[in-house]
Amino acid sequence: MPKITYIEHTGTARTVDADNGATVMETAIKNNIPGIEAECGGACACATCHVYVDEAWRAKVGEPSPMEEDMLDFGFDVRENSRLSCQIVVSDELDGLVVTTPERQA
Amino acid sequence: MTETIKTDCLIIGAGPVGLFAVFELGLLDIKAHLVDILDKVGGQCAELYPEKPIYDIPALPKVTAQALIDQLMEQIKPFNPTFHLNEMVESIEKIGEPAFRVKTNGGKTFETKVVVIAAGGGSFQPKRPPIPGIEAYEKQSVHYSVRKMDEFTGKRVLIVGGGDSALDWTLNLVPLASRLTLLHRRDAFRAAPDSVNKMRALVAEKKMDFVLGQATSVEGENGVMRAVNVKTEKGEAVRIEADAMLPFFGLTMKLGPIADWGLNLHEELVPVETAAYETSEPGIFAIGDINTYPGKLKLILSGFHEAALMSRKASHYVFPDKKLVFQYTTSSTSLQKKLGVA
Repeated sequence: MPKITYIEHTGTARTVDADNGATVMETAIKNNIPGIEAECGGACACATCHVYVDEAWRAKVGEPSPMEEDMLDFGFDVRENSRLSCQIVVSDELDGLVVTTPERQA
Repeated sequence: MTETIKTDCLIIGAGPVGLFAVFELGLLDIKAHLVDILDKVGGQCAELYPEKPIYDIPALPKVTAQALIDQLMEQIKPFNPTFHLNEMVESIEKIGEPAFRVKTNGGKTFETKVVVIAAGGGSFQPKRPPIPGIEAYEKQSVHYSVRKMDEFTGKRVLIVGGGDSALDWTLNLVPLASRLTLLHRRDAFRAAPDSVNKMRALVAEKKMDFVLGQATSVEGENGVMRAVNVKTEKGEAVRIEADAMLPFFGLTMKLGPIADWGLNLHEELVPVETAAYETSEPGIFAIGDINTYPGKLKLILSGFHEAALMSRKASHYVFPDKKLVFQYTTSSTSLQKKLGVA
């Protein structure tokens, strides 16, 4: 089972088990990870599940789609490694993934 | 100008659940007015995810959110509800047993026997950009909408965003502003390509500026802005002198004035009992995502069920002497007459 580590902007880290095929957002909600709101429920229709992908994982996670980029315009403090966690699907490839949540979502 | 509208029922929120409430109330002869802060009906379905399919509406294996709203509008047509869009309910005052005076920010006053809060996640409001201390400038220098274009005549205006609102106001205000700058975090836009081309032409003619980057802080004093500091795409710090900033960062849901209506609240939700989804205030109901009770599921189908049960209790208030007879639309000619099919 892949593991994902969520780091809050304050530095607190939590590592949880994730199911293959679930999104990084769903995994966060299931595990009560603070800092991810997912107002729209995973439809790529808001920007409240915004995370920063750890530099070491950026290549594996990949770049946002144009639609996701459009949504990221509404994000808080968007950076080069910004992604919407509802658009990152967990797989064995991503076992050990580290993401950081922004100071606030919206 | 204050106009007072008398009605049996006022529904706050014109999302799927508010719309279906019109149907259930209509079958019981209760006429409804609906107030919604958006400029269109459909709530989150229309605003957040119109093109996304929904798979858990009974008997509709797959329906887009906008199609669901369109179908609901068709379904409630016989009951001819009145919509008050672009308006937010600001206050509810008890004036009878039950009866309420409801006021909107658009200056309308309603006198209604019952109130149905179908406000979903609250009201959609412009998203505040992530700039520390921006609140202090919101009255005088930072505007989330344009009410009077004249206000910007001769001013240095900074518009932030890449959607249609940002581009449309850029094009509209270039002739009025003494200098206009558009700020967006990347060189791709959500706005209509035609507007983007027009904007680029204006930049080429040096009639306005376009800056790639994100605002980091506002300079000024006593709520009056002097300049905005920007981190450009390349990481450089740039200072843009501006008298006014118009950020267009989309909408977010806020509980809004519901918190001031004297109702019990629990974690930004309105607790209700489950026989009629009535709040702590008799005559005020809450249905759909805005309510909470043991076992609550935030599903559209749950909201539909809540609308049906709410309507029967609402009928007791609106028509205290009328005895309700349970009827099916399939077989009742009286219901079919109301639907215009008999």
